[in-house]
Amino acid sequence: MNLSMKWLADYVKVDVDAKKYCYDLTMTGSKVEGYEVEGENIKNVVVGKLLSVVPHENSDHLVVCQVDVGKEEPIQIVTGANNVKAGDLVPVALDGSDLPNGVHIKKGKLRGVESNGMLCSLGELGLTKHDFPYAIEDGIFILEEDCKPGDDIREAIGLNDTSVEFEITSNRPDCLSVIGLARETAATYGIPFETPKPEYNGIRGNVTDSLNVVVENEELCKRYIGGMVKNVKIGPSPRWMRERLRASGVRPINNLVDITNYVMLEYGQPMHAFDARFIVGNEIHVRNAREGETITTLDGTVRELSPEMLVIADTEKPVAVAGVMGGEYSGIMDDTVDVIFESACFDGASIRRTAKKLGMRTDSSARFEKGLDQEGCMPAILRAFQLVEILACGEPLDTVIDCCAKKRERKTVDFDPKWINSFLGTDIPREDMVKYLKNIGFEVVLNKVIVPSFRVDIECNADIAEEVARFYGYNNIKGTELTGVANARLTEDRKLRRKLEQACNALGLYQIETFSFISPKYYDKIGLPKDSKLRESVTISNPLGEDTSVMRTTVLPSMCEVLARNYNLRNPEASLFELGTEYLPTEEGKLPYEPDRLSIGIYGGGADFYSLKGIVEEIFDSIGIDGVEYEAADQNCGFDEVSMFHPGRVAAASVNGEKLAIFGEMHPEIAEGYGIGTRVYCAKINVDVLLKLDYSERVYKPLPKYPAATRDISLICDDSLPVASLEKLIKGAVGSVLERVKLFDVYKGEQIAGGKKSVAFSIVMRSAEGTLNDEQADAAMKRVKKALAEIGAEVR
Amino acid sequence: MKQALEKIELAAKAELEKIGDSAELENLRIKFLGKKGELTAILKQMAALSAEERPVIGQLANRVRADIEEAVAQKAAELKAEASQRRLIEERLDVTLPGKAPKLGKLHPMDSVMHEIEDIFIGMGFDIVGGPEVEYDYYNFEALNIPPDHPARDTQDTFYISDNILLRTQTSSVQIHVMENRKPPIRIVSPGRVYRSDAVDATHSPIFHQIEGLVVDKGITMADLIGTLDMLMKRLYGEECKIRLRPHHFPFTEPSAEVDVLCFNCGGKGCSMCKGEGYVELLGAGMVHPKVLRNCGIDPDVYSGFAFGLGLERIVMRKYGVNDMRLLYENDLRFLEQF
Repeated sequence: MNLSMKWLADYVKVDVDAKKYCYDLTMTGSKVEGYEVEGENIKNVVVGKLLSVVPHENSDHLVVCQVDVGKEEPIQIVTGANNVKAGDLVPVALDGSDLPNGVHIKKGKLRGVESNGMLCSLGELGLTKHDFPYAIEDGIFILEEDCKPGDDIREAIGLNDTSVEFEITSNRPDCLSVIGLARETAATYGIPFETPKPEYNGIRGNVTDSLNVVVENEELCKRYIGGMVKNVKIGPSPRWMRERLRASGVRPINNLVDITNYVMLEYGQPMHAFDARFIVGNEIHVRNAREGETITTLDGTVRELSPEMLVIADTEKPVAVAGVMGGEYSGIMDDTVDVIFESACFDGASIRRTAKKLGMRTDSSARFEKGLDQEGCMPAILRAFQLVEILACGEPLDTVIDCCAKKRERKTVDFDPKWINSFLGTDIPREDMVKYLKNIGFEVVLNKVIVPSFRVDIECNADIAEEVARFYGYNNIKGTELTGVANARLTEDRKLRRKLEQACNALGLYQIETFSFISPKYYDKIGLPKDSKLRESVTISNPLGEDTSVMRTTVLPSMCEVLARNYNLRNPEASLFELGTEYLPTEEGKLPYEPDRLSIGIYGGGADFYSLKGIVEEIFDSIGIDGVEYEAADQNCGFDEVSMFHPGRVAAASVNGEKLAIFGEMHPEIAEGYGIGTRVYCAKINVDVLLKLDYSERVYKPLPKYPAATRDISLICDDSLPVASLEKLIKGAVGSVLERVKLFDVYKGEQIAGGKKSVAFSIVMRSAEGTLNDEQADAAMKRVKKALAEIGAEVR
Repeated sequence: MKQALEKIELAAKAELEKIGDSAELENLRIKFLGKKGELTAILKQMAALSAEERPVIGQLANRVRADIEEAVAQKAAELKAEASQRRLIEERLDVTLPGKAPKLGKLHPMDSVMHEIEDIFIGMGFDIVGGPEVEYDYYNFEALNIPPDHPARDTQDTFYISDNILLRTQTSSVQIHVMENRKPPIRIVSPGRVYRSDAVDATHSPIFHQIEGLVVDKGITMADLIGTLDMLMKRLYGEECKIRLRPHHFPFTEPSAEVDVLCFNCGGKGCSMCKGEGYVELLGAGMVHPKVLRNCGIDPDVYSGFAFGLGLERIVMRKYGVNDMRLLYENDLRFLEQF
């Protein structure tokens, strides 16, 4: 809502500068986005009177003018315009002047003749023909205003208003009007304010003689007032009206249409004007549109209507989409004689749906959809008639048709100053509260507040508390500290997340944050099987684009995208992790399961499968999980993402049969698809499973008192035999004195037969009872060798 | 013999002068003091001396031995000190060469700021709770006093999954879950992702993070809200931080406010960062609307409460001077390494 300060001054006189005004109104709840001083960017442009116009000696199309600009001597200006003659009053940009389009005018010579400025057109002053209908677009603006040479052009043509842009919240449609904002302004400064009561004389006549109104849907049309103006004289509206419309951001059209817009801006009540000639049957029907009906709206577009939409129709066809836009056919034209004014109250939700469906949000629909006051219809039409008489552009009848006007009880809310103070934490005297409320049109009678009808938003005592608070001043309320016992803690899942973050950081991984929605094509990029359950995503019905259209069922594609991006940015190495969410559909109509996942992605810096595995192991260790088992992962590993990994370099981790993680080297073809020209390693850990695990607190083990005995063993076995199974075997064979088995070498190649590998372990044994002697250690090693021999491993 | 001893002493001392390293010194020691050394050789001839001469010569021989030993020991100490000095000089490093360390990773700036905010709230007695991102319309809108066709829905362009399931547009949805599941006193914050149908640009993202706060108890006042936000901002930005409230409208709070903080760039004087205002907008807040309490089975005549919602991205961007929101989601390592 743009408010003209000149217009405001009709109702409230405020004596502060624009900046202060904007601040003050913002602090009482009418938020100001900014303000614009009209003509601010026009400098040193004055009214000039042409004394003489003679041809240029060196040019056919230039003329040389002597111009009286209010100084002792006239100045000489050369112009190319051909619509000027001696005696004309014109805008003159003097030497050193600024124009709205950023042009700076300086004196100079045109074809050898001195020119001390420029004569201006409408466009050069930032205006259009709508602002001054008597002027021409392509030529110098010949002023018909009451002004004299030397006057500042901004004063001369009324380009001196200040327009304040308010951001009115949806609960306050009453403030989408000059009067509403005047009331708030008066209350802000404690100035008395009277709501205007427009009056007009009218000509005698019964409107029902020439018009009938039938409201067929009283649910969607709460009130409909129709009035008639006879013998209108269509023409431009006067300058003051055009200026105010312009300052409010509305284009002037003609006097009758301008009146309807003027009333909407001033009273907040949208109005419409019909040419009575085109209302077939002289009947207005407020009804739902019929299947297949169309209307060409004022903007020249053919609109298809549907039955839930409310229309204004004559006996044959719709003539307007109720509360949204009028029809082209019945609009006001230059030869219109009789005009029907409509001032109605339509259902907000219905208007909102219709405007949305037709894709045209207008100043009118934006007001209606917030729910207007049906008491506002009558003052608006009276004001319109008053303006017709002020403009002398027609003869309003002295009667109106008022349909569905129901007498409503005024809303009342309990007034309990004690409760208000206890709710706000203040100590505001009752009489101050009463004063604040009265200033904005509320009445206080004993322990009740009577709410003015235009305050559609007020329903309960908290609403009254807000009205009191905003005029008392939010910032005058002194803050207090919360009292009472508070028992705060991090949830288990957030604790776990923090532990994981710490471990990842310590392992050199940087955290990333990616979008939760992805493209369904991402599933193809990681080679998910066509029948994978992970392809069933929660799908957004109105996405921004395909790229962000489904909620991810796996976090890995997001990680791959980030790895690829960093690779393309020529970052030589990357070690990343994300704590992200997956969205796994459950039942139709139910919310998805949203488990947390830890994803890891690494390339460069000498990373290999085992460095990734080391990271995964350390992460499990850091949060206190023991007994994790690792095995080569295949199609049945429980992670469909196995498809994105190198089939020989991918492992799944589990504990007690619970699937914990999948990790490995990215399949070379998948990496190629992402444009990554190096080996890439990825992991996904199910944080939700980690959270469910039973963590036993770690218990202190006494530090060893006796020295350990260490024996190394080297063996040759089938290459296919997993090292983990050898380790398990050794552990079993050594028995209770085993402290740890540590792999220190795996070798394949020269001196080792094909299909075989050499593996070496260091075995550390220790007893809590005493120093192990050689015999005890050797006996254990004997058992190890025997067990290894049994599975065909040859001890070297 | 006496002369011989004195000669040995002189010779030993003269040779010692020329010794350059410990190996030479050892050779010298053997030559003069060893079992087959010169001094021993002389002493072997002691037997041939007279009883009168023997103690005199014996005394002299012992003194010579002791002198040589001491001189050798002194020389050894000198050599060691020299060697040590030499080694320390040789081992001198260019300490300005870069260090070698296992590289730590870093938290994403949004997560580190989120932790900071969570910790502040825990210190103020707020429990941290979560809530679903894919949400029923009821929790995101209806229960928050935003019925269908309410104009407030326009200001939050919503991603829909179906007619009644959507991506939550605000963490306020968690208020409802909490009030349905807990009895007052309630004091919680809920951080998380929210979604709005805004195209990506320098200041917009279809995904962003909010931190919702909710307090419900007997006798909770707007002054408590102001005091709580004031304390939060002081802990986040320092004791000199000030807040300012402007009346606003949210359907689920009454009274409602937009809350500004003193611009940390100019301290309130007005600069380009705060567009000359001296304050920057940081959050929305208000007293929980009685209808919302009632929707959750809490009697508004007995209990009152306040709620607020902070935008994380805005705080992070201000804190680190990041001027483009896209950087937060692009995850370029050159960006992540800076925090």
